[in-house]
Amino acid sequence: MAAAALGQGSNPYAADPKMAKVGEFQFRLNCAFCHGLGARGGGRGPDLTRGQKRHGNSDGELFSTISNGIPGTAMPSNGTTGQGVGMTDEEIWQVITYLRSVQVKAPATPLGDTAHGKQLFYGDANCSGCHMVQGKGGRLGPDLTAVGSARATDYIVDSVRHPSRRLAQGLLEATKEFPQEYETVTVVTADGKEIKGVALNEDGFSVQLMDASEQIYMFEKDKLRSFQVSRVSLMPAYDSTLLSDKDLQDIVAYLLSAGAR
Amino acid sequence: MTNAGGKSRFWVSLLLLAAAFPVRAQVTFTRLLNSAKEPQNWLTYSGDYTGHRFSALDQVNAKNVNSLVAKWVYQTGATGKFETTPLVVDGILYATGPDNRVFALDARSGRPIWLYQRQLPADIRPCCGRVNRGVAVLGDKVFLGTLDAHVIALDAKTGNVIWDVTAVDYKLGYSFTLAPLAVKDLVILGVSGGEYGIRGFVDAYDAGTGQRKWRFYTVPGPGEPGHETWEHDSWKIGGAPAWITGTYDPLTNQLFWPTGNPSPSNRGEGRAGDNLYSNSLLALDADAGKLNWYFQFTKHDEHDWDSTQVPVMIDHGDKHLIAQANRNGFFYVLDRSSGKLVFANPYGKITWSDSKDAEGRPVPNQQSEPTPEGRPICPGALGTTNWFSPSFDPQTGLFYVNAREECDIFSTAPQPYEAGHAYYGSAYFPADETEPYWGALRAIDPANGQVKWEFRHVSPSWSGVLSTAGGLVFTGDPEGNFIALDAASGKPLWHFQTGSAVYASPMAFAIDGKEYLAIAAGSSLYTFSLP
Repeated sequence: MAAAALGQGSNPYAADPKMAKVGEFQFRLNCAFCHGLGARGGGRGPDLTRGQKRHGNSDGELFSTISNGIPGTAMPSNGTTGQGVGMTDEEIWQVITYLRSVQVKAPATPLGDTAHGKQLFYGDANCSGCHMVQGKGGRLGPDLTAVGSARATDYIVDSVRHPSRRLAQGLLEATKEFPQEYETVTVVTADGKEIKGVALNEDGFSVQLMDASEQIYMFEKDKLRSFQVSRVSLMPAYDSTLLSDKDLQDIVAYLLSAGAR
Repeated sequence: MTNAGGKSRFWVSLLLLAAAFPVRAQVTFTRLLNSAKEPQNWLTYSGDYTGHRFSALDQVNAKNVNSLVAKWVYQTGATGKFETTPLVVDGILYATGPDNRVFALDARSGRPIWLYQRQLPADIRPCCGRVNRGVAVLGDKVFLGTLDAHVIALDAKTGNVIWDVTAVDYKLGYSFTLAPLAVKDLVILGVSGGEYGIRGFVDAYDAGTGQRKWRFYTVPGPGEPGHETWEHDSWKIGGAPAWITGTYDPLTNQLFWPTGNPSPSNRGEGRAGDNLYSNSLLALDADAGKLNWYFQFTKHDEHDWDSTQVPVMIDHGDKHLIAQANRNGFFYVLDRSSGKLVFANPYGKITWSDSKDAEGRPVPNQQSEPTPEGRPICPGALGTTNWFSPSFDPQTGLFYVNAREECDIFSTAPQPYEAGHAYYGSAYFPADETEPYWGALRAIDPANGQVKWEFRHVSPSWSGVLSTAGGLVFTGDPEGNFIALDAASGKPLWHFQTGSAVYASPMAFAIDGKEYLAIAAGSSLYTFSLP
């Protein structure tokens, strides 16, 4: 088949179970590194079994997302992941066929009370002290505007209950394989001042961090009295006494609704 | 003004005369053999035939390295990983960039003398970026292996194509990414394509005409020894590429060429057996391409642990050894006359082996095989090291290598072979629950494999290492630093932020009595010298 025909908006293999199987191989090679086996999402990429996709749901939009990537996100254009060799147009359609085969229908009733979740986010649960949604909130922790589409629900729940289990990823440089994570850094300056915050980025010789008052500091490591990195998140672990299962569901419902836009 | 102009023209023409004379000197095989006598030049990928990546230049040393400054920067304008090691011949620097660019620069100023770029077909599918690691020089020619599996000789003075031969059909997944090696009147290259179910080989071409003189298939055909290590017809698509530049021992006229993974890289079903000569070191007769001996580091590999790391010749008294820091996490020392293992010691975290066979070769344990659900194994798929060069410093007697501390979940899945299509039979993922990836430059004592010192990187590096007679080692990190360290202690003495992760190995040269260090990073080739 000519590449031109394959590159158009409609999937030549739609609903073909054999092609879905072939697409699964391609998915494993090219996509699963971030999106997980079975496309259910991982720490790096969204759950793709959901019907609603942030960057477009149609076959044509998926084709374009896979081919060209999403600028400003970790989603690379086809062939530039450094993991696989890249896919032909034909193989991209096979992957889309596979994704359609594992797609699950959205639950008829929403997960929780979105309005109450929003109230909690900006109120009693105090999420917005450190996190931002659509430009409103703090900037010490990750911006959560897109987290509803970028992460599986289980992942979000786990991150609230056990924030240190998997630290969120921060700065992603196009030229670097590993993004910065939200590690906790404690430094003692030459004059004895202790500063604790989140690492914005770090290399062998310097570190940039933000403290709880959102002040940004830049240090050369060899000029510090001490420098410590910890994978215990600055975010408190919200156990069920701090945040009930129901309230957490409501917050997740709010984040999902914000992310779907 | 006029006077000044006239004067500068006068000086320019004097300089041109001075610079032009050595350019006419041919790069003979004798010069390549005796490259130690001209440390101002860098004549082969690893600096010489031994693979030491050691520069005898000592102007920049531990005392003055902290005053090193950027001298000039050359921008290729290309995106993608910039993996080149430049060559320098009598004041001219030859290097490559992504998409088979080749450029000759005035090594004094970084200004271009000529540029060449191959017109590549649209459907090349190199596995891991449109990369190239450098050229070879011999006579008045510069040699390039291309992403569409051609071998090309360029006129060193003009960049014009002198000959261009097709090694193999790129549409089946073959390509060249390595810097060729010139030996006698031959240009030697190994092929890439282990992710496509190719049948690997090492080729030698007549430098004058481009005629192929020999080919050694790294997967033996029917009737050849080693063929029995492949199940049924799996040998036809058995992989075993040879995508890093080997080394050469003139005393025995042997090439030492390492090979890569069997195909598919992460699934052993369907290719039962050791899968010779994948993940091996081959000792080949340079004139005929005949195999003298081989040593297989990883038998029947299912982790993509190519052994494509530069094999480094080390002499200890009357012992003629060859050392390799392997992607599988072990540092191997072999007797290079026989290929017999002297010892193998881990130099990074490994979980795949906890015992050794009678010869001392690490053997895989029960937990090392990938499963359909996935299994955590260290090192990860990218290995404890990868293609970037190590260095051996004859002054400290230490072997330097960037080690990557990362483990992966290895899963396996059946995948049918389709000509020219990616053929892995698997996927791998970072292990979420394990400690984050990190890296370290390690100094290994090749006498016993013990790590003498390490310098920790925030994340695992893709940079090679250079050691110099100034008592220094140079390397890069993924955060963009180019770093100088004390060769004996590992103490960092100087660094420069290049602005991009380093995916290249450093080299050194001198011009007008001034020592330069060079490293590729991002889309720029940086050089440094004392002010």
